Amino acid sequence: MTTEQIYAKLLPIVKTYLPEDVSEEAIAADKDLTGELNINSAHLVDVVLDVEDEFDVEFANADMENLRTLNDAIAIIKQKLNIR
Amino acid sequence: MKHRVVVTGLGVVAPNGVGVPVFSEAIQSGTSGIAFHQKLKELGFSCQIGGMPNISEEKIKEYFTDLQLKNFKSDNILYGVIAGMDALKDADISLAGKQGEPLWDLGIIFGSGNSSVEKFRESFYKIDEGNVRRLGSTSVAQTMASSVAAYLGGMSGAGNWVTSNASACATGTEAIVMGYEHIASGKATQMLCGSSNDGGPYVWGGFDAMRILPYQYNNDPTAASRPMDANASGFVPGCGAGALVLESLKSAQERGATIYAEVLGGHVNSGGQRGEGSMTAPNSIAVKRCITESLKQAEIDVSEIDYINGHLTATTKDPLEIRNWCEALYRNGADFPYINSLKGMTGHCLAASGSIEAVSTILQLKDGFLFPNVNCETVHPEIERLISSEKIPKETFKTNLQTVIKASFGFGDVNACIIFRRKS
Repeated sequence: MTTEQIYAKLLPIVKTYLPEDVSEEAIAADKDLTGELNINSAHLVDVVLDVEDEFDVEFANADMENLRTLNDAIAIIKQKLNIR
Repeated sequence: MKHRVVVTGLGVVAPNGVGVPVFSEAIQSGTSGIAFHQKLKELGFSCQIGGMPNISEEKIKEYFTDLQLKNFKSDNILYGVIAGMDALKDADISLAGKQGEPLWDLGIIFGSGNSSVEKFRESFYKIDEGNVRRLGSTSVAQTMASSVAAYLGGMSGAGNWVTSNASACATGTEAIVMGYEHIASGKATQMLCGSSNDGGPYVWGGFDAMRILPYQYNNDPTAASRPMDANASGFVPGCGAGALVLESLKSAQERGATIYAEVLGGHVNSGGQRGEGSMTAPNSIAVKRCITESLKQAEIDVSEIDYINGHLTATTKDPLEIRNWCEALYRNGADFPYINSLKGMTGHCLAASGSIEAVSTILQLKDGFLFPNVNCETVHPEIERLISSEKIPKETFKTNLQTVIKASFGFGDVNACIIFRRKS
C-alpha cells in the first residue's frame, strides 16, 4: 500500500469528525488534527478506532501519544503493516 | 418577593404523538400509542406490549448531526433532546451562537429514570470481552445520569443551572416544581424543565418480573391500560419525553412571548416509607400533605380546583389515589373536580410520565377541553362510591378550565404536585 493509498483511506475517516465550520478542503497530511483542524480532542480516540478497523491494526498507548497529524498516522500504519 | 412564573413553550415525544400538534390531536381523539412488541415476546415477557414513540430517521437528523449520531445508542437522549429543543423553539428562545456568550438566564432541569440502557449494555459486552479501549469517546456522555441535560445544554448554550433530577415516576413533575422555584426566587428568568425515559426490554424487564404489568392483553394492546376501570390489571410500560419552558411573567411579557398558563406553585415530599408507605407503595398521609402544601404554596382554596390530571396508573392503587384526592380536597361525589389519566393512551411513561402529562394538562387548559379516560368502561366500584362518574369523562368535551392540578408519585415513596392556572 502506498502513502497515497493510505491517505485516501484516512480522508473520509477524518472528515467524519470535522467540526461544522471547518471544510473538507482544509484537510492536509501535515495539519494538526486538534490544533489546526479543530477536531474535538475527545474524538481522537474515535479516529484511532476507525483507523484500526480500516487497516486491521491496533494502536498502542504510545502510538496515541505520537498521533498529531495524518502524516503521523500514516507512519504508524506503515510500521504496523511493515511497509517501507 | 416571589416572581410570577408562566409557561411559554411545550415539547413532547409521546407514544401516541411526537410534537405538540400531533400529540394534541391524539389526546383529543383518544388515540392509543400502545402496541405489541415482538422482541418482548421472543424474550419471554409476560407483558408483551408497551407504549413507544415512533420517530423516523429523517426526524432524528433534524436534531442531531451525523457526528453526534456516530455510535449513538440512547433513546433516552433522543426523546429528551427532541422534546427539549421543540419546547425552546416553541418559546421562541434564540440559541447561543457557537462562539457567543452562554445564555446566563436560561437553565435546564431535565430528569430521567435511568440513563441510556442500550449504551450501557453495549459497553458491558465490550468491557467483559476485554475490549474497554473500544468504547469510544461518547460512552460516558451517553450513560451519565445528566446526559439529557448535558446534550440540551450544549445544543442551546444554557448558562444558568443545568442539571438532572431523579425521583422515579415523580421525576417529571418534580423537575417542573424545581424550575418554578428557581425562577420564583429570582435566580433565573427561563428554565427548560422536563424528563425522559427510554423503554424496551432492559427498562421494562424489572417491572415485568414484579408482576405488576398486565399479561392478558397481548392480543389487544390498546385495551390494556385501564386507569380507574373495574378491570384495571396493571400498568402498561411506556417511554418518551415531555418538556416545558418556564419563564418569569415579566420576561415573557417584555419579549411578547405566547403564555400558555401560569404556574401557581407546587410541592415535593416523601412518605418516608413509613406506615403504609414502602419502596413501592405510597404513604397516603404524605400524598395528601403534598396536595395540601401545593395549594398553600399556590395560595388557593380547594374549591378552586377545576380539574385533576391524576397519576392513576391502572393498578389496584387507583381507588386509593382517588380517596386521597377526596380527603385532601375535602371534595367528593358531584362536587369532585374533573379527573382523567393520560396513561390509558400512552401507558406509564415512568420518569417521563410527569412531564408528558403536564404538557397534556396545559393543552387542555389552554384549548378548553378534557380528553377522554380511554378504556375506563366500568368505573371501579370503590371509585364510584367516592366520586360521580360524570367527573370521569369518557368522551372528549369542551369546557373552560381555570385552575388545575397535576400530581405524580414514584417508587421510593416520593410525591410531586404542581398547580397551573389559565392565563387571562
